[in-house]
Amino acid sequence: MSLPFTDVELARLRADFPILDQKVRGKPLVYLDSAASTQKPRAVIDAVARLYAEDYANVHRGVYQLGERATRAFEAGREATRRLLHAPEAREVLLLRGATEAINLVAQSWGRRHVGAGDEILITAMEHHSNIVPWQMLCEERGARLVVAPIDDDGSLLLDELARRIGPRTRLVSVAHVSNALGTVNPVQEIVELAHAQGVPVLIDGAQAVARMPVDVQALGCDFYAFSAHKLYGPSGIGALWGRAELLEAMPPWQGGGEMIETVHFEKSTYAEIPHKFEAGTPHIAGGAGLAAAIGYVEAAGVERIGAHEDVLLALATEAVREVPGLRLIGTAPHKVGVLSFVIDGIHAHDVGTILDREGVAVRAGHHCAQPVMQRFGVPATVRASFGLYNSREDVDALRRGLRTVIEVFQ
Amino acid sequence: MSMDPELRDLYQTMILDHYKKPRHYGRPAGADREAEGVNPLCGDEIHVYAKLVNDRIEEIGFEGSGCAISTAAASLMTDAVKGLTTGEVEALIERFHDLVTGQSHESGSELGKLAVLAGVREFPARVKCATLAWHALRAALEGTGEPVSTE
Repeated sequence: MSLPFTDVELARLRADFPILDQKVRGKPLVYLDSAASTQKPRAVIDAVARLYAEDYANVHRGVYQLGERATRAFEAGREATRRLLHAPEAREVLLLRGATEAINLVAQSWGRRHVGAGDEILITAMEHHSNIVPWQMLCEERGARLVVAPIDDDGSLLLDELARRIGPRTRLVSVAHVSNALGTVNPVQEIVELAHAQGVPVLIDGAQAVARMPVDVQALGCDFYAFSAHKLYGPSGIGALWGRAELLEAMPPWQGGGEMIETVHFEKSTYAEIPHKFEAGTPHIAGGAGLAAAIGYVEAAGVERIGAHEDVLLALATEAVREVPGLRLIGTAPHKVGVLSFVIDGIHAHDVGTILDREGVAVRAGHHCAQPVMQRFGVPATVRASFGLYNSREDVDALRRGLRTVIEVFQ
Repeated sequence: MSMDPELRDLYQTMILDHYKKPRHYGRPAGADREAEGVNPLCGDEIHVYAKLVNDRIEEIGFEGSGCAISTAAASLMTDAVKGLTTGEVEALIERFHDLVTGQSHESGSELGKLAVLAGVREFPARVKCATLAWHALRAALEGTGEPVSTE
């Protein structure tokens, strides 16, 4: 088990994030919304700025040196992603807009080829909308059925129930590695084993996982893995889909345009090899450079230590909120990370969010793009405090003070 | 503990009172107009019902779940519009909107109790909470029957 950061290390890490050095409404900013999006370290900001200031041109085209430098900076994001996910080959990494686009790509490209009338896509009851709606759209188009594995009252996946739902019509299992609304860590390796035993491929939505735990797609044995850079201390507007080469090669292109072709004639065009086949148009070049820098930053800090640090904060925060009268945690799975979701009797999540904001504490209040999770727990919305590598014990104290103000206002 | 004055202004006693004990809660008998207002960002849903007699609101009511601001705003709205003609309601909607968005600097005294919601102008993210019920009321009176959304 790796140790969390010392105070000195944490102070140094916090200093890497210029945005944290500010006051909100006269109080130091306490950012507890990293599950929505993480802040960016100087290394990422500089990498993006440097790309534009020194190395910018279009990629994969220029015969001139500047174009080669831009291509190298962008492609560094692909190679860093391969390293992050322990993927065998960089060509299996598609650089896309984010996890949402990655899942849509699999639904539209792989799904249209492999899913027909009466077939089933299996997800869980804790998915983010981005791992529900693309499948609903596919199912509607193909006459297929979306099947949902239920979760327990503590927010844990009922693995037996999931296993029972893998049947002869199941074409794909698509699950979150970590739930954004509950923090639950799913037993993805066991899910992969269960699915593969029936010959069913598995997509893992790793949006909430990659910044908190090591991911090894070869050890997991999964078939697709998706994440967004902006939840990994990187820029928004870029993310990745990793897929097994043989699957990606057999998939038809998704979007047509430049970059993804081999030759174009009005009669017929032929397509480029992976990954370019799936990367039509000029990509988020600076985003690729920023993604490489973000992964480098996380590797240097140590993703296991980031996880251990957040575990300590989560435990402290869980303890701190016990004193709040009428507070109920939503999501108490034995294996959870990074996220503290709760409701308070008689006080709406939005009011809690507004009052905490006045204390400089930024939390998310709402349905967290997981309305079925809210319905499962019978609440319209929750307050969610989530942690990043830069959060401190003082941030947890600020949350505790803010919640006291909430109770005071509503007395 | 000293409380932020703007916060105290937003969550003042009358607002909390209307939140905890909403007036005209439920569907009034004989209601012939209704509409639903939804805020997809937070999941708040408010149904507004009205009974119109000779273009005048004779009965009014609302149901739904929401935050303190949206619930209190709905409750205060029902107090304010009962007995008004649809034309008067339309004019009031405009003035209320100006009040909570800070486009009007009138003290709000002419708006009566609705003026307690003026504090919302310091909280731009919450303006939609204060106006949700009013949007639903307008839709109900226009009789479109379509749910209205803040987005």
